Amino acid sequence: MQTRTPALIDHTTGIQAQDVHAWFDRLHALRGISMTVPERKVTAVIGPSGCGKSTFLRCINRMHELVPEARVSGRVLLGQENVYDEAADPVLVRRRIGMVFQKANPFPTMSIYNNVAAGLTLAGERDRRKVEQIVEQSLRAAALWDEVKDRLHKPGTSLSGGQQQRLCIARALAVSPEVLLMDEPASALDPASTLRIEELARELANDITIVIVTHNMQQAARVSDFTGFFLDGELIEYGPTNDLFTKPRDRRTEDYITGRFG
Amino acid sequence: MQRRYLVRRWKNRVMAGVTFLCTLAVLTPLFLILAFLASTGLSALNWDFFTKLPGAAGEPGGGMANAIVGTLVLITLAGVIGIPIGVLGGTFLSEYPNTRLSHTARFAADVMNGIPSIVMGLFAYVLIVLPMHHFSALSGGVALGIMLIPTVMRTTEEIVRLVPQSVREASLALGIPIWKTTLRVVIPTAAAGIVTGIMVGLARIAGETAPLLFTAFGNRFWNRDILQPIAALPLQIFAYAISPFDDWHRQAWAGALVLVTIVLIVNITARYAAGRQVKLR
Repeated sequence: MQTRTPALIDHTTGIQAQDVHAWFDRLHALRGISMTVPERKVTAVIGPSGCGKSTFLRCINRMHELVPEARVSGRVLLGQENVYDEAADPVLVRRRIGMVFQKANPFPTMSIYNNVAAGLTLAGERDRRKVEQIVEQSLRAAALWDEVKDRLHKPGTSLSGGQQQRLCIARALAVSPEVLLMDEPASALDPASTLRIEELARELANDITIVIVTHNMQQAARVSDFTGFFLDGELIEYGPTNDLFTKPRDRRTEDYITGRFG
Repeated sequence: MQRRYLVRRWKNRVMAGVTFLCTLAVLTPLFLILAFLASTGLSALNWDFFTKLPGAAGEPGGGMANAIVGTLVLITLAGVIGIPIGVLGGTFLSEYPNTRLSHTARFAADVMNGIPSIVMGLFAYVLIVLPMHHFSALSGGVALGIMLIPTVMRTTEEIVRLVPQSVREASLALGIPIWKTTLRVVIPTAAAGIVTGIMVGLARIAGETAPLLFTAFGNRFWNRDILQPIAALPLQIFAYAISPFDDWHRQAWAGALVLVTIVLIVNITARYAAGRQVKLR
């Protein structure tokens, strides 16, 4: 990465999940996840559909509780602080833990520039110089600047799918999060765009902690330092990516990565 | 086989013909009304009509300037009352769809939509005219404003509900509080559709006569005080149409033409706004 966002450097943090349970109404979707995500690494979460991997991601930045009838228990430590502490404000938690979704979701009424600036301007930042600077840094960090610098005021939805996803990454980076959660960020993209997102995830891990959910095992193998395998709401196995893929310790992990199910 | 196919094709043509005729039947009254209004009303339309006050009874000449302005004033008053309540209420219904308050409000809005407009006039009469002891533009604006609320509320609810959940999540995940997400992200995304709903609502109340009979009351002169009776096109048309004077009859037609034109312009603006709505599906 040529230009790093200065704000991104030197304050990054790991995550520690401690006995996290999650429910959708009666459905017990996560059954006691304990997992340490190291800082400035890419950690992949893999598993078959419905295993709870996205739910786990959404528990980290307190998005899960926004679903009606959804509940969470347990602790998620961001550095030393429990994001589920009574005194913790979910809004502030989400400022520190950014998120990129499966389907690119730029704000449909906003220009490319305003999309990236949204996290700042909607939070009341009035210093236009500063916003301009951060928008450029974020777009560069998301490897999108060169493609959009001449049309910053075109609608964000005018970009291609892969560019829209990088726009969403830039938008998340603009509020200088310490952690970036990526929920199957490339599953709707063509192979070339997928590769760009993967490269980007690796580069960003120089500065911030990345957690990426994917159902694509090759992707997990290519992009991540650590991998956790989820099945039926439980963390079956967790370790360095290379170990997990070459010598899995659990039979179910082996069955999954060798394609026997899922 | 061959014969069955022919029968089927014939049935198809008959049904297509019937639907075409029904469509024509829908359009015919509109064009007949417009054509008739234009042919009878245009002759009385002149510069005086738009600039002068009504003449003395039976005297030819004069215009409806005060009624045109009065109608605009009443629509503005109704908008000031009805639009904020309607838009914010509709947003609430969409964002908190299953609270008891939402169910009640939704039901109330649907009932209100069906209440005869003269009853709305009565309501404003009891609420404002009786305590103040005189008719006023304000009471007319309130009557129309209350009529505007359910239309705006329900269309806002529908369009805001169409805003994809992913847009809300994008904003919340950036650490934008829920209220700000609703006001600064969700409503702007639905803005053009909301404007369309407002326009359609305004067009509907612009032609209302009954709620104004004992609220705005009508006025033969200029009125700059919203606490005094004010003229309105529908009232003026009514008054002129039941008068014994030929010149007033012609002016009533001209007034109807102007009123219909205003409504058409508002509706066309609404269509233009709808075209600018970002795609929500």
